[in-house]
Amino acid sequence: MSGTGIGARVQRKEDFRFITGKGQYTDDVNCYGQAHAVFLRSPHAHADIVSIKLDAARDMAGVVDIFTGDDLAADKIGGLICGWMIHSKDGSPMKAGAHPALAQGKVRYVGDHVAVVIAETQAQARDAMEKIEVDYKVLSPVVSMADAVRAGAPVLHDVAPHNIVYNWSLGDEAAADAAFATAAHVTKLDIINNRLVPNAMEPRAAVGDYNSGSGGFTLYTTSQNPHVARLVLSAFIGIAPEHKLRVIAPDVGGGFGSKIFIYAEETVCVWAAKKVGRPVKWVADRTEAFLSDAHGRDHVTHAEMALDASGKILGLRVKTRANLGAYLSTFSSCVPTYLYAPLLSGQYDIPAIYAEVDGIYTNTAPVDAYRGAGRPEATFVIERMVEVAAREMKQDPAEFRRRNFVRNFPHQTPVIMCYDAGDYDASMTKALEMADYKNIGARKAASAKKGLLRGVGFSAYIEACGIAPSAAVGSLGAGVGLWESAEVRVNPVGTVEILTGSHSHGQGHETTFAQLVSERLGISIDNVAIIHGDTDKVQMGMGTYGSRSGAVGMSALSKALDKIETKAKKVAGFVLEASPDDIEFKDGKFSVRGTDKEIDFASVALQAYIAHKFNGQELEPGLKESAFWDPTNFTFPAGVHICEVEIDPATGVTRIDRWTAVDDFGNVINPMIVEGQVHGGIAQGVGQALLEGAVYDANGQLVTASYMDYAMPRADDLPSYDVGMTQTACPSNPLGIKGCGEAGAIAAPPAVMNAITDALGHEEIAMPATPLAVWRAAQRLAPRAAAE
Amino acid sequence: MASVTLTVNGKTITRDIDPRTLLVEFLREHMRLTGTHVGCDTTQCGCCTVHVDGKALKSCTLLAVAVDGSTIMTIEGLAKGEDLHPMQAAFREYHGLQCGFCTPGMIMSAVDMVRRKGTDLDDKTIREELEGNICRCTGYHNIVKAIHYGAEAMGKAGTAAE
Repeated sequence: MSGTGIGARVQRKEDFRFITGKGQYTDDVNCYGQAHAVFLRSPHAHADIVSIKLDAARDMAGVVDIFTGDDLAADKIGGLICGWMIHSKDGSPMKAGAHPALAQGKVRYVGDHVAVVIAETQAQARDAMEKIEVDYKVLSPVVSMADAVRAGAPVLHDVAPHNIVYNWSLGDEAAADAAFATAAHVTKLDIINNRLVPNAMEPRAAVGDYNSGSGGFTLYTTSQNPHVARLVLSAFIGIAPEHKLRVIAPDVGGGFGSKIFIYAEETVCVWAAKKVGRPVKWVADRTEAFLSDAHGRDHVTHAEMALDASGKILGLRVKTRANLGAYLSTFSSCVPTYLYAPLLSGQYDIPAIYAEVDGIYTNTAPVDAYRGAGRPEATFVIERMVEVAAREMKQDPAEFRRRNFVRNFPHQTPVIMCYDAGDYDASMTKALEMADYKNIGARKAASAKKGLLRGVGFSAYIEACGIAPSAAVGSLGAGVGLWESAEVRVNPVGTVEILTGSHSHGQGHETTFAQLVSERLGISIDNVAIIHGDTDKVQMGMGTYGSRSGAVGMSALSKALDKIETKAKKVAGFVLEASPDDIEFKDGKFSVRGTDKEIDFASVALQAYIAHKFNGQELEPGLKESAFWDPTNFTFPAGVHICEVEIDPATGVTRIDRWTAVDDFGNVINPMIVEGQVHGGIAQGVGQALLEGAVYDANGQLVTASYMDYAMPRADDLPSYDVGMTQTACPSNPLGIKGCGEAGAIAAPPAVMNAITDALGHEEIAMPATPLAVWRAAQRLAPRAAAE
Repeated sequence: MASVTLTVNGKTITRDIDPRTLLVEFLREHMRLTGTHVGCDTTQCGCCTVHVDGKALKSCTLLAVAVDGSTIMTIEGLAKGEDLHPMQAAFREYHGLQCGFCTPGMIMSAVDMVRRKGTDLDDKTIREELEGNICRCTGYHNIVKAIHYGAEAMGKAGTAAE
């Protein structure tokens, strides 16, 4: 076929507009007559609002209007919601405090929304904001999770005594305890998964518009899932019914989870557009992004692993406290529960697992899904645990992992998941070869000669992607189903428009989705347009997160293409005067089996619309089909990453010398794009391990709220990556796709930390392993090394 | 109000502006050249990089009045019609972009890098020179590759000295 089908390394269709500056991001959208919104944010982590005086601000030049939480309440605008119900182990529902879009009487974190100023220009809105007088009664904040659960600690939400949202558990506690009772060796580890700020390069933004003639609202917003945004804004927050609310997520400059959620700002902008009778635009500055984008990770965990004398894992017990911040963000409750504990089995056959997770409120920004969402936290626990266990049992870390690998599929773990396919040995073997593991000893010696410490670290990760079967997630508390939709519109000239509920914000769907169409219909990707991100065009969709667009979104497209093929065969049958059963479709041509009669796809499309060759009562004119795909299982991408570091003990600087990644993503649509996803994921994982960390001081001030203070990975912090693949097709969707978007971010942190602790003679160290932290560990190591 | 005259992508314009108008605001809001992006508003991320009199500068902390009389090149001015600049073409060929938000700044910085460092750029130089441009999507691997080959192509096309 045309060379642009499945597996082809084709250049991206969307790139031309991006490299020429013609992308259309939300901040590039300007509506006629628009005013600008600026949010007054709380300077305190925890305070009662005694009074708000707006008079002086209202008198400022250019001010259109100013609103507070009272105005939203008067209009019966509902609060922001959390869409996943978690039940505590005693059966009680999670304790979700109210989350008004603008504060009502109380603020709960620095950056919480107090008022919105709308003015002719952004500068005027900022000037006026300075004149708002808020009288706060400052309350003691609880910043750390330990503070939050301490007896007598201040309470954020009255509905949640002791600031506990839930005490949740998964697995069979008695079975796990029994495994520990027979253990020859027990490995124990305290683990901190540091808090991160997602930092998509495009800050969040929103433009709300209201048409008083039609009564319809339009919201342009930086969203990964505009239909979910419309659903929540309509059904729960009460802006307008869905047929009166159009949500458009145009080009979106990265998401990484942070743009899944429905935030206060877009809610207020779209509501205020009607109030002031003008479009209202808001664009976050970077510090606002740090303060109010949902953060990621932030777990404190104690884990214990039971082993027999040979190094076979018998059981795992995990106790985690997860910081959920000051309010429950849209999907926050499921991240440290159902996206976390079900992955604790890793790639290993572990007979008994028991996990307990406490979700905790603190006076910090809400925490929700960030690239990997729960799975990086689980992988960090299990991959640090197996590494330390191997060290304690004096076994090679690769061999130790192999001893425990799952080898028979399907494999039911003790924590919900049923792994459908994989070959973990194949990935390990290939990774060891690519990383030249057999010569690591020589490389360590060479580094030692230079006074440097070299270490190697493994991460044999697994993730659950392609979320997810609607019935399954429903049974676990999700408020929505997680299917996806696709519509195929064939034009009379044979070009094709695809409407998908998936959303692209860097993933390259305009190319990969077109590649599937190219493969199936035998036309060039140049003749395929992918339409997404507009609720007036695409009927319904669940959006992009959890590495689901390939496995779920493209499966829906595949199903719709099946229907197109069936219909087109009928049309071809009429034209070629044959039964549709005798029509074959191959390489873009329909032919009558056993004859030389054929017609190409474009001609069939034309015939479908002119409908002269068939009776329109017998066969409907047109060529347009749609489908919804509900997955039958999660998908299970897995692989082995090997990180090799060299540390200068004099400075504590860690340099990543080699990175080997071998991933099994099932079938691959475009290897160039998949490799790019792996690179980017690793960079975020390395950022977590070496550089990044959101730090609140004792008063709840975020001290890392700019790029001067929060260490984003720069080009010279990172290595080039050696990326390889193995393949076992995924049996759970028609394309055999597993998903690749989050793998790197999931795999990387334990690989880095296992390498660093290897270099440091097994001295434990927390993320981020900054030069200071590494230097201190090296100082602890030095006298020990001298004594040895 | 203050009067500012700038030559942007070959077109000279004079406007009366609020004196606190930043160069990036002038480009985006007065000239509707929205290819220059604001990622951090504090000169850290480099999404707003443009060429001012031939040198790469970050336009998000530069007052438009401070560059009165200058010649500005933005990402929109780099290609000659449909003919991409070699650095733009290299970013596409080597998949040096994903979401595209940092890309205009990356490309403008890369072109300036070639002006300063030549067309034969090794990875170490490229990585050090990218200190002022942050990308969250690509992990830089393919950006480094794109700049290496883009620089080489600029040498062959004779565009390096422009």
